[in-house]
Amino acid sequence: MMGRTIFIDPGRCIGCQACVSACRECDSHRGKSMIHLDYTDEGRSVASLPTVCMHCEDPVAPCAEVCPADAILVTADGVVQQADTTRCIGCANCVNACPFGVPKIDLGAKLQLKCNLCYDRTAYGLAPMCATVCPTGALFYGTVEELQAERPGVQVADTFVFGETEVRTGVAMVVPADKVQWPVPGGLPVVEINGKDVRR
Amino acid sequence: MTADPRAADHGAAVPPVSSGHRAAVPLDPSLAPPGTRAFRDAGGIPADQWHADQDGETLVPTHCCFCGVQCGMYLRVDRGGKVFGVEPRNHDINRMRLCPKGINAYQQVNHPDRLTAPLMRRSRDEEFAEVSWDEALAFTVSEIRRIQEMYGKDAFGLLGGASLFSEKTYLVGKFARVALRTKHVDYNGRLCMVSAAGANKLAFGIDRAGNPFSDILLTDCLLIAGSNLGECFPVLTQYVWGARDRGASLIVVDPRETAVARTADIHVALKPGTDSAFFNSVLSVIVEEGLTDEEYLAEHTTGWEEVKAKAAEYPPSRAAGICGVPAEQIVQVARTFARAPKAMAWHARGIEHHSQGVENCLTVINLCAATGHIGKPGAGYGTLTGQGNGQGGREHGQKADLLPGGRSILDEEHRRQICEVWGIEESELPTAGTSMMEMVWQMQRREIRGLIGICNNPFVSLPNYRVVKEGYDATEFHAQFDFFLSETAANAHVVFPVTTWAEDDGVMANAEARVVKHNKAQEPPPGVRTDTWVMCELARRLGAGDKFAFADSREVFEELRTASRGTVIDYYGITYERLEETGGIAWPCPTTDHPGTPRLFEDGRTYHEDGKIHLQVVEWHLPMDPYSDEFPMSLTTGRTVAHFLSGNQTRRLGALVEQTPRPWAEVHPSHGFRTGEPVRVVTRRGSEVFPALVTEAIRPDTVFLPYHWPVPTSANALTIDALDPRSKIPEYKVCACRIEHASELDTVPSPPVAPGHVAYPETQVSRTDPLPPTSPQGRGTSERS
Ligand code: SF4
Ligand code: SF4
Repeated sequence: MMGRTIFIDPGRCIGCQACVSACRECDSHRGKSMIHLDYTDEGRSVASLPTVCMHCEDPVAPCAEVCPADAILVTADGVVQQADTTRCIGCANCVNACPFGVPKIDLGAKLQLKCNLCYDRTAYGLAPMCATVCPTGALFYGTVEELQAERPGVQVADTFVFGETEVRTGVAMVVPADKVQWPVPGGLPVVEINGKDVRR
Repeated sequence: MTADPRAADHGAAVPPVSSGHRAAVPLDPSLAPPGTRAFRDAGGIPADQWHADQDGETLVPTHCCFCGVQCGMYLRVDRGGKVFGVEPRNHDINRMRLCPKGINAYQQVNHPDRLTAPLMRRSRDEEFAEVSWDEALAFTVSEIRRIQEMYGKDAFGLLGGASLFSEKTYLVGKFARVALRTKHVDYNGRLCMVSAAGANKLAFGIDRAGNPFSDILLTDCLLIAGSNLGECFPVLTQYVWGARDRGASLIVVDPRETAVARTADIHVALKPGTDSAFFNSVLSVIVEEGLTDEEYLAEHTTGWEEVKAKAAEYPPSRAAGICGVPAEQIVQVARTFARAPKAMAWHARGIEHHSQGVENCLTVINLCAATGHIGKPGAGYGTLTGQGNGQGGREHGQKADLLPGGRSILDEEHRRQICEVWGIEESELPTAGTSMMEMVWQMQRREIRGLIGICNNPFVSLPNYRVVKEGYDATEFHAQFDFFLSETAANAHVVFPVTTWAEDDGVMANAEARVVKHNKAQEPPPGVRTDTWVMCELARRLGAGDKFAFADSREVFEELRTASRGTVIDYYGITYERLEETGGIAWPCPTTDHPGTPRLFEDGRTYHEDGKIHLQVVEWHLPMDPYSDEFPMSLTTGRTVAHFLSGNQTRRLGALVEQTPRPWAEVHPSHGFRTGEPVRVVTRRGSEVFPALVTEAIRPDTVFLPYHWPVPTSANALTIDALDPRSKIPEYKVCACRIEHASELDTVPSPPVAPGHVAYPETQVSRTDPLPPTSPQGRGTSERS
């Protein structure tokens, strides 16, 4: 877990897509948004949540792992960068590998585009554009302590299970308090996700 | 309905609030109430100390042009002096947050659809031609003269707008009375929060919210009535969630399960048009269970006995039947609200857009007063303004019955005071005119023959489109000020191309009555003038030039300050310099060393002479459009997060169009529709076909339509032009309807494009998108790649 990161709190998301618009305005890929807004319970509820790049840590980000051109670099502080334009061949392997559906291909330029945690902003100590504007705080940028100071009792998790594969991410998710079971080496608790108890 | 898991756990995760609990929470400076020093210092590096990205770029601090929250933002201006982007701003109100409208707002400034030369035609059969300013002004003045000479001064009307800066709304009122000498002036804020204004004036003698937004963070119980706050005022959710984090309970009264309603402790999904029965009933429980604050009532209110007696006629057993909600829920709301150490009520158009809109607001005020939740940090009431200057827009004389400073045009002393400021004889000052919808009826009857519209788009925003079109078509002369060719401007004889909010200075008052200053970020395109210039030039040509010798907004503001001096709505202590230093000042502010008044009634006194809250008895009655076998359901209308009001501005911005390309009809699964299927919505005014959005988030007896589009997909072609007898607000939020299966969707019309200009190709592609929205929040696809 990197020090300051994004925390996603689906309980707060109002589906306004300010994050989507803001991402489109940020200077690293102006005009294209790297955020998806998902509706979890369509037809029944208005519940929604944003998916930003999760900056996977363990195993090494799947997108970077499969990249034949070694174009996706991971910085020392755990930020999975957008593909290096001098290396990317636009093959879309990363698009297929990402379990969260994050990277996109600019078909015209034959280059990959993805969220790089607004490196141009975070390097200056600013929050990424999406988490800055998110009117509800469903996207929060800071440390886990800062989050917990602001939201008493909040519980977070950073591990997701896809079939047999467990992915630990640099971006964390706020989870219902009674689902949290135990702490993991990253210092954060792990939760039952996608209906699977990850202890087994 | 499936709630989100966090909402279900919220009770377990957040222990109940006690002062001890709150003290134990480590204090993060960013949690300090907005307005304090600590707050300003928190939140990362403020953008103004941050190196702008581009070489030569400057950041101009200003505010969003859209809703009544008035979020602070920076406009990014390039080396050539053109606005090209937006940066979040750590302003007290929004702490860097913005909603999608705010983020995309800058794109209208240099939009290819901008009008850049006056358009003119002598009859509606002709095409528009671009003409010189002189020609357009001369034609307008000769038409005003002709109509007024033939039919009298009052045959010419003026309709303003509440998205204008206060300086301009002041000028609209003055221009009507002094230059045109007509009593017929009103504004589109009439469609916005006049019901709340009327109720507040009746009860408290002052027309504004009682508390600042930051008080929401301090409350223990927040009642949100008739507000889709998540979509209409998204930035306020940070206050709502902040309150919830501290254990406050949230009660939402709304026929739809909106984004905020789904997280509420109690969501009262009542039948549209039954709000006052519901609130009366809640009051009856509060009385019944002895939860009233009798001491407060005795000392600070009048009329309590009558109100109490009336409430007793609405026991939950009866109200449950009227409102279509469980009786236990009414009891639960009463207990939660009344037992909270501090409780607040915020409401919006959901309870105000009714033929008893004022009364609905009064029943909410009765609740606050009965429980003593008034005038304290974290306790009070507020109304959420739809338009950016919905509050300020009516304060200085743009409303038919008001003079600057909220003075009454019927009060002799008030008239005298204003005539002195304006330098005219009292006999020259017209009396009260009629409201916006009534003016349209008068146009239909040819009592009003000529009209100037400034910053409004009634072809989309007024109810019962057929009547509106007939009224406008019947005018002999119609001029419109706008920066895009709106549906209404397309009907005019003359269209004056005016500035956007980023091309002029001016102030707006947000929903807290906090006056904020907008700053000019770029020069207007060649050919474009400020509304101030156009009004002053017209006045000069009409022979009132000496009363309109204003060079810019600052000069108008100086006169406005003086004109408001000594009234309840006192702006005298507010100056441009102070606004720039402070980030906003709430009126009344009588002197230049007065800090402003963010919270009202802290001394326990209202603005009535006796200092008391005048409680009002409210009897619930049925909505104006009767239900029948033919029209058994309720049609209700509202907004979606991506669009603003009549959509004249937001329907041109690619990202927002892509987010919500077209309107839809939200219906309950029990009607047998599948999402995307064409559903015909029929009312007594007509019928239109929308894609169905099938969701359990709406009552089975109710249909919802967003209203931002023109015919043939216009919600307001179907709504009824019934008015509240006091505030004259139309009953947008309920009319009788039925739904039927249809074979084909009505097409979404393109907005009119000015001659010689092209629209964004991206926008054009999206507008024809046949896809229905994918969720009740009305989104299309978020991204196409
Ligand atoms: S900006 Fe925030 S609230 Fe809006 S959709 Fe994105 S995450 Fe959700
Ligand atoms: S529309 Fe309202 S909430 Fe959205 S950015 Fe503008 S002022 Fe803020």
